[in-house]
Amino acid sequence: MKRFFPNSTVKIDNEEKMAGKAIFTDDILCEEALSVSFVRSTISKGKILKIEVPTLPEGYFYVDARDIVKENVVSIIFSDWPVFADKQVNYYGETIGLIIGPSKEVALDLAKKVAITYQEETPVFEMTNSVIHKHFAKGDLAKAKKEADFTYTETFRTGLQEHIYLETQTMLMWLDGDKITVKASMQCPFYVKKAIVRTLGCDPDSVRVIQPAVGGAFGGKEHYPSILAAQLATAIVKVKKPLRFVFDRNDDIAFTTKRHPSETTYTAFVKDNRITGVEASVKLNGGAYIGCSGVVLSRGLIASVDCYTIPNLDVNGNVYLTNIVPTAAFRGFGSPQTIFAFEMFINHVAKALKVDPLKFRLAHLAKKGDITAVNGHFHDEIIMPQLIEKAMQMSDYKRKVKEYDKPNSNRGIGMSWFLHGCGFTGSGESTIINAQVKLVKEEDDTVHLYTSQVDFGQGNRTTLKKIVSDTLKYPENLVFHEAPDTDHTLSTGPTAASRTVIIVGYLCEKAAKHLKEQWVSGKRIEVIEPYVGPSYIRWDEDTMQGDAYPGYAWGVNIVEVSYDPITYQVRVEGIWSTYDVGHAIDERIVAGQSDGGLAQGIGYGMLECMDVKDGRFYQKTISDYAIPTSMDLPFMETALIDNPFAYGASGAKGAGELTFVGVAPAVCLAIEQAIKRKINKIPANPEYIMELVEHGKN
Amino acid sequence: MAKIKFVINHQPVEVDVDPSARLLDVLRNNLHMMGTKEGCGEGSCGACTVLVNGVSYSSCLTPMANVIGKEVLTIDGFNQTKQYRIIADAFSELGASQCGFCTPGMIMSTYALFLSNPRPTEEEVRLALSGNLCRCTGYNAIIKAVLLAAEEGEERGIKW
Repeated sequence: MKRFFPNSTVKIDNEEKMAGKAIFTDDILCEEALSVSFVRSTISKGKILKIEVPTLPEGYFYVDARDIVKENVVSIIFSDWPVFADKQVNYYGETIGLIIGPSKEVALDLAKKVAITYQEETPVFEMTNSVIHKHFAKGDLAKAKKEADFTYTETFRTGLQEHIYLETQTMLMWLDGDKITVKASMQCPFYVKKAIVRTLGCDPDSVRVIQPAVGGAFGGKEHYPSILAAQLATAIVKVKKPLRFVFDRNDDIAFTTKRHPSETTYTAFVKDNRITGVEASVKLNGGAYIGCSGVVLSRGLIASVDCYTIPNLDVNGNVYLTNIVPTAAFRGFGSPQTIFAFEMFINHVAKALKVDPLKFRLAHLAKKGDITAVNGHFHDEIIMPQLIEKAMQMSDYKRKVKEYDKPNSNRGIGMSWFLHGCGFTGSGESTIINAQVKLVKEEDDTVHLYTSQVDFGQGNRTTLKKIVSDTLKYPENLVFHEAPDTDHTLSTGPTAASRTVIIVGYLCEKAAKHLKEQWVSGKRIEVIEPYVGPSYIRWDEDTMQGDAYPGYAWGVNIVEVSYDPITYQVRVEGIWSTYDVGHAIDERIVAGQSDGGLAQGIGYGMLECMDVKDGRFYQKTISDYAIPTSMDLPFMETALIDNPFAYGASGAKGAGELTFVGVAPAVCLAIEQAIKRKINKIPANPEYIMELVEHGKN
Repeated sequence: MAKIKFVINHQPVEVDVDPSARLLDVLRNNLHMMGTKEGCGEGSCGACTVLVNGVSYSSCLTPMANVIGKEVLTIDGFNQTKQYRIIADAFSELGASQCGFCTPGMIMSTYALFLSNPRPTEEEVRLALSGNLCRCTGYNAIIKAVLLAAEEGEERGIKW
């Protein structure tokens, strides 16, 4: 058979997944498990005056806030989300209680019969109630304002995006003796454990979380499983029987977290065709509870001028509470919103100045040693000029961009540039996470790697194992990367923030080096490797000043579209991308991340959005919330350029989110050129394009 | 309830179920064949694709009454065949499976395509798989893998 990736490794779980033998949570046989159904709020805001539970048949249970063992709160970054709504509901669909019993149908029917009397309150759907405010400044914006010979202001909006992982939220919980044991579709087993321990106030040793196969996550299983686990744990204390639920798709779409909608306003102060200052305001809709929204805002603000160096800045950001389903983690975590806005903005400024956008952007592109938006430094080599040149070459950009500028070309090509900070913001890796990798060589000389990194498709179980076997120069078939199990694994932190390879991979490499130094055949050797970050990283969380991330990955996306002026339909004709991920541990895996990020980004840019009416989503199924199908996408070409990072395994940085964050502006810049109108909102779907063509500005 | 006879993965079987029960549920709950997945429950995602008499079906929309006396093939049986091996090897080479939840359905749809069209064009592959959603791969590796499997099948003289 023809080889496409001669240097790549077959993924550990590849064969079992293809053959249908991988065990996902709902594939685990447990016939005695009781079904769990959810009693949900049917209003967007109000007081709960009365709960009337129907007479339950034998073997059925009702559980709600009155059954809370210790604390009615879910442990998330900011813990304001209750396990069960108590006296007050804040969004349509909020969980008030559970009906549990042997038959799923009966439990569902009983859940519908729980009668709740509310005293309704006026819900808030607009971004008016700010609960988090962040601000930072750089240079002297007042001076830039005063000296400017041109100013330009524009506002950009992005919508609610739904993850649509193919496997819905699923959980199985049982008692192993007294020990609460969980298998679930999740990203962060230690988050789930922490949530159970907190709400029950129990001994951490009495909870065990084990990772089965996970069918996609993209951030949607970072925090939400903690809520579900806290609810089930409360129930299992009362019921003392195994519990299981599988969300059907409609519930998953209606009630799980989404990407934050945003509204970003920029004003550029320009002198002699150079942007000398930018004033930015970023608003995020956090939904009914704060959760991780503050951190999402931070990442969005830090990326607010994308990969450009602007000498004078004033950046404000707010998270607003509204009475809709809470928004939370989703691939990119705040930066897709601001990168979309700034990429469109800088192109619009160039157009307003009547200068070549490519030259204009190049003049502002960040270089090694430059001061970042938050007054840190770009410490490492920046190879964006090579990435840009390569992507332009692959796509024949220069010829096409000229040709498609002609009136009635009905075709367009757009190019976005972007960066992604890898790992937790600032010094979070050493102050909050404190990852510890455990690497054990058994007496039979097999090597076992223990991390809490979850493989929900990214291939990280394989990547991390490969780092260990490469470092040891030891056969891959003698190295095993065990699935996370909180009883046997130390926490290496959540599977999030593009941190798995840059942070945990680096630790795996260090652990393997230490194991190699002590290697004695036939003897058990255990190495525990704690995280120690680069010493030059300085970060002040309160003022948001310093080095925001241990390292940055960089990229270029080019998208070509054709446009039908009769139907307003846009078709994607070509996608090219180039990346600096430091060094790719496995090219096939990185190519897969690229393809998937691009497809999800095309969806974000031109197709996908949940519409909210009276606190509920219009879109209810996978048919009316359309994600790209095989018919909507062309082949994609990706190239990597090596730029090894000193604090990454073999020089590797992160790749998971990078491939998503810049797609929406690339596709929108292409559509702009095809329709000859300015876009400042996503998704750029046919309805919006029609509005622009009829009434929009060029 | 009714006694329903059909053939599953080349083995005759009889189940005592409601004739309106979903084939997907019978496969998973009665026969414990877990390779077929449920992604949406409304025939939109293709994760539950199986073959009934050689034609692809969404098993979540197929009532048991519709498979009486018919031959049902799922990934749990197909994965024993040399035809599966060719498709699976091509999927491996391109990295066409990431989270793996859509993959069994994707492979069954690929096989259904090859039964009627062993050397499809890119457009024909895209159309044939357009009922199978994947959120991880952007279909890039999948479409290439299907084309590779078709090429390989022809080279080896495989009868699909």
